[in-house]
Amino acid sequence: MSYYFAIISPLDTPLFEHEFGTSKSGGDGQPRFTDQARHLNQFILHSSLDIVEELQWTNGQLYLKVIDKFFQNYISAFVTASNVKFLLLHQPTTSVPGAAAAPNTATAAASSRVNSTSVGANPTSPQTEEAIKNFMNEAYENYVKAIMSPFYKAPNMEIRSLVFRQRVAAAGRKYL
Amino acid sequence: MSQPRPPNGPSTSGNQSAPPKETSSSHSTGLRYPSNGKTIYHRHLSRSKTAELSQASFAYLFSEMVTYAQRRVTGIQDLEKRLNTQGHPLGLKLLDLLLIREPSRSQSRPLNIITLLHFIKINLWQHLFGRQADRLEKSSDPDAPDEYMIIDNEPLVNAYVSVPKEMSQLNCAAFVAGIIEGVCDGAVFPARVTAHSVGSKEEGEMWPGKTVFLVKFQPEVLEREALIGKG
Repeated sequence: MSYYFAIISPLDTPLFEHEFGTSKSGGDGQPRFTDQARHLNQFILHSSLDIVEELQWTNGQLYLKVIDKFFQNYISAFVTASNVKFLLLHQPTTSVPGAAAAPNTATAAASSRVNSTSVGANPTSPQTEEAIKNFMNEAYENYVKAIMSPFYKAPNMEIRSLVFRQRVAAAGRKYL
Repeated sequence: MSQPRPPNGPSTSGNQSAPPKETSSSHSTGLRYPSNGKTIYHRHLSRSKTAELSQASFAYLFSEMVTYAQRRVTGIQDLEKRLNTQGHPLGLKLLDLLLIREPSRSQSRPLNIITLLHFIKINLWQHLFGRQADRLEKSSDPDAPDEYMIIDNEPLVNAYVSVPKEMSQLNCAAFVAGIIEGVCDGAVFPARVTAHSVGSKEEGEMWPGKTVFLVKFQPEVLEREALIGKG
């Protein structure tokens, strides 16, 4: 399962982007996007902004679960109080039948352990939603710590902090 | 660039730089970590929830802010506008901070004007001044359904400000008005907030410094309210 996480400001400019893969059940934390998919991810993510903006006025919750689906890509959203959107695009990796996949025991065992309730395989299960919610909450806390700096010019200054990136990556490893 | 550089504390061994865990990256980016490896991201957000600041130091800083603004402008309107601009980013950031400090069951974004104004009256005022705002009113003028008023009997920022008679229209609570405007703009309810003093100087007036913060929302906010109300 590969993830593409972006923080979008209220003026629709991305403040932060991060790609990673699942670390659960044998995954190695590397994203598995094809080169073409990587370009497309940004388009898919930004096109779901319309849906987020519609939903945010009827739902007072911060975490809106899966809001959009584009072929195999699912998009979950989290809207903060100051209208900054955290979007996570998750793409379950389709298993490749045949010898194309590395036939070592680790991945073979992993694919046999991957059942329909694991976080990696099923993007709409309650476990996945819970895991993504925890990830978003932790990203939100780190985001608030980042913007509290008096040198951070809200609303659309890019977040360049290395420590922020490390912490988001750590949260991704921990929950997803 | 969102992380302020922590000052190099006095270390016993002269010019030994703090050994961070990822040596190569910090040397190349010039980041310096404090010697215990704890960055600002390790601090808990609710740690300074009950922290207090001395009123004297705030008054000193605020008087300097007013002087700074006054030197650059020639009129009262401009002065109030400058103070407003100084308070605006505070509002934007406080919105997120106050929401995340709420217990997670009750965390929700304000969806309509009344919720937002209650959030300002209760949470924001409590955070800034340690008490709630005194009154919240809707304007009774039928030509202006988008005007709301937050009334504070004794704004803290005006405690040590004395306004000369020729500038009696000035109210330095324009700074707090800027904070409120930041909160409203951040929550996607664009508004113009101004501070007006309504306390009179005559004898027997209980609150001579009474200030009204007039919140005037833009028309699209009212349109959206109407649409949401129907749907």
